[in-house]
Amino acid sequence: MLKQIEGSQGMAEAIALCRPQVICAYPITPQTHIVEGLGAMVKDGRLQGCEYINVESEFGAMSVAIGASAGGARAYTATASQGLLFMAEAVYNAAGLGLPIVMTLGNRAIGAPINIWNDHSDAMALKDAGWIQLYAETNQEAADLHIQAFRIAEELSCPVMVCVDGFILTHAFERIDLPTQEEVDRFLPPYVPVQQLDPDNPYSIGAMVGPEAFTEVRYLGHQKHIDALEVIPRVADEFRAAFGREAGGLIRPYRLEGAETVLVALGSINGTIKDVVDAERERGVKAGAISICSFRPFPLAELNEALSGAKRVVCIEKSLSPGLGGVLASNLRMALRGHAVPVYTVIAGLGGRPILRSGIAGVIEAAGRDALDDITFLDLNRSAVEGQLTRAAGLRESGPIAENLLKALNPGLVHRVSPRRAGE
Amino acid sequence: MNDQAETGGQRVRFYQTGTHTVGNRLMDAATRTVQSSIDRSNAITSGHRACQGCGEALGARYALDAAMRAAGGRMVAVNATGCLEVFTTPYPETSWQIAWLHSVFGNAPAVATGVAAAMRATGRTDVRVVAQGGDGGTTDIGFGCLSGMFERNDDVLYICYDNEAYMNTGVQRSSATPAFARTATTPAVGPHPGNVFGTGKNLPRIAMAHEIPYVATASVADLHDLEAKVTRAMAIGGARYIHIMVPCPLGWGSASQDTIKLARLAVESGLFPLFEAEHGDVTAVKTIRHQVPVEAYLRPQKRFAHLFREGHEDHQTLAAIQAMADANIRRYGLLGEGKA
Repeated sequence: MLKQIEGSQGMAEAIALCRPQVICAYPITPQTHIVEGLGAMVKDGRLQGCEYINVESEFGAMSVAIGASAGGARAYTATASQGLLFMAEAVYNAAGLGLPIVMTLGNRAIGAPINIWNDHSDAMALKDAGWIQLYAETNQEAADLHIQAFRIAEELSCPVMVCVDGFILTHAFERIDLPTQEEVDRFLPPYVPVQQLDPDNPYSIGAMVGPEAFTEVRYLGHQKHIDALEVIPRVADEFRAAFGREAGGLIRPYRLEGAETVLVALGSINGTIKDVVDAERERGVKAGAISICSFRPFPLAELNEALSGAKRVVCIEKSLSPGLGGVLASNLRMALRGHAVPVYTVIAGLGGRPILRSGIAGVIEAAGRDALDDITFLDLNRSAVEGQLTRAAGLRESGPIAENLLKALNPGLVHRVSPRRAGE
Repeated sequence: MNDQAETGGQRVRFYQTGTHTVGNRLMDAATRTVQSSIDRSNAITSGHRACQGCGEALGARYALDAAMRAAGGRMVAVNATGCLEVFTTPYPETSWQIAWLHSVFGNAPAVATGVAAAMRATGRTDVRVVAQGGDGGTTDIGFGCLSGMFERNDDVLYICYDNEAYMNTGVQRSSATPAFARTATTPAVGPHPGNVFGTGKNLPRIAMAHEIPYVATASVADLHDLEAKVTRAMAIGGARYIHIMVPCPLGWGSASQDTIKLARLAVESGLFPLFEAEHGDVTAVKTIRHQVPVEAYLRPQKRFAHLFREGHEDHQTLAAIQAMADANIRRYGLLGEGKA
């Protein structure tokens, strides 16, 4: 059924259709409306057979999900930003235990400085936790990916994180086609755990493992991801057959035929990128794009094949690995081993900075001239950065960077006089 | 629990037997301990890697076997990281004969909440959930999750095995470490040796402040009392908390054969009061039979050796510890009606 609905509410309805049995919710700033929507559905009886638990922290949320999943229930939670990092230990634990929890991540920046807006710093911080990471391009896909996520998670007994751009998707109202309960029930069978706490068949889950077997346990966790490279596209195919639309899969190439400059990105920015690619193609520029849906597992072979004809690859990345640059570009270089294709990083959209079509067009233009640096910070305010560097070089107690930058950018706004000045 | 038992029609007071506890053989079958029963569950079976004289191994065995009987075998246990987790599950072995889950150090109460929710959601409402951890996992790193489980009144019995420091990691101070005790992070050096006086938290009372249905303290020195409290807790729904003192020969610097003796002296000195509370109010207190000065409890433990240096006995500190015991005795009426 078509609905004009907020992304979070659409996801909540799709998740409810998956019949989760335990949902835990913690409203860390920034929260999305997903668990609120689910809470209302449990409370008014639309979502039956579901325990809804208001927990004391994000760490508690993932921990309740761990207990619930090990107890044999289909478990779900949602988080974002600081919340994901606060639950980090339990996030790793869920994957190490092989528990098929599904979690929405409303992608946001990580502080300091505190910032509630969208980027991918949170997801990148936990990319190696053992979870499958799927990125949604639109709110329709965000809703659909959850239905696929439970299938994928439970088939592999591996947790799945559905990454959805905070605000850009979670708070945007779009048209979403929501399936019926019967359709979802046909697609997603009841949860049958591969392990569960059962007094009739007692065993120990979470035993200590030393050097003699730890590598093997980790190898088997890796193998689940290798298997996921087959499962994710198969589930996407089955989804298309059942629901009649595209969602999920490993990667989605766009206008790659003859493309010399290929932009690669995760999530909602791909919509803008496709618009820019269309415009560039109109002008005769050979541009193309790839939207990566599955960042973990990382589809090395598919990307290698898809990018084999490119002259250059530009990753538009909403995260930064300080001291290295772009995580996505690093991963892509592994996919492109054997090809002499340069891979550039463009750090963009950090902390919610809008990524404009003009900015992306500029990147394609610079790339075409082979004038891109290895790392480019899109729309960086050079003068603000230089001002702070100069200030810090001349003054030992140069003060908090964030406040200095705000003062420099808003000279009439901040009047505080530093209590200690140089020479006093 | 009452310190009396009906034994073949004759009323026997436990201390009248000449030992500190009445022998099972003097009691009728119904009053005998779960531990003495051949059909106990052996939740933690033999062969684990605990140190000789480990109070926690004993406490966990007592508590879980009693809980298993109360639950009719329909029980799941969740464990925080710690000694108990490590010594029972060295790969590829496990001592657990019950369904058991370990996640991380600080989340056992929340994991247990999740298990209980799963049991309800999947229609297995007969399955009971017990969570357990050491004092570090309970009073420090797991405290947030524990408080959350309490305030939601989740259907979980949480048992803290309190050996008063982080023993598994090498005897570091926890917020349950008593004043003046030597640990690896509160060494017995300087003008104020040992753990800082006036620090630490009293978790049973914090649990009571949540007004949960049941809170109790118990000791491995009193098996009957411990089992009775676990049994009572298992008969109640909602959040329940039992705090069991479990001496640690390694961390306390005590002889392994003195574990029970020290646990008893902690109770009889008044330093570890045994009581029960329901919905925030103390409802029962186990009175002290033979009050002993705190020195009797402290002196056999090397973690307090700095208080007893020959010729330099720290009478001031001993008086401060005695005052703590006396305050407990007054607060809970540990010497019985009208005595303090």
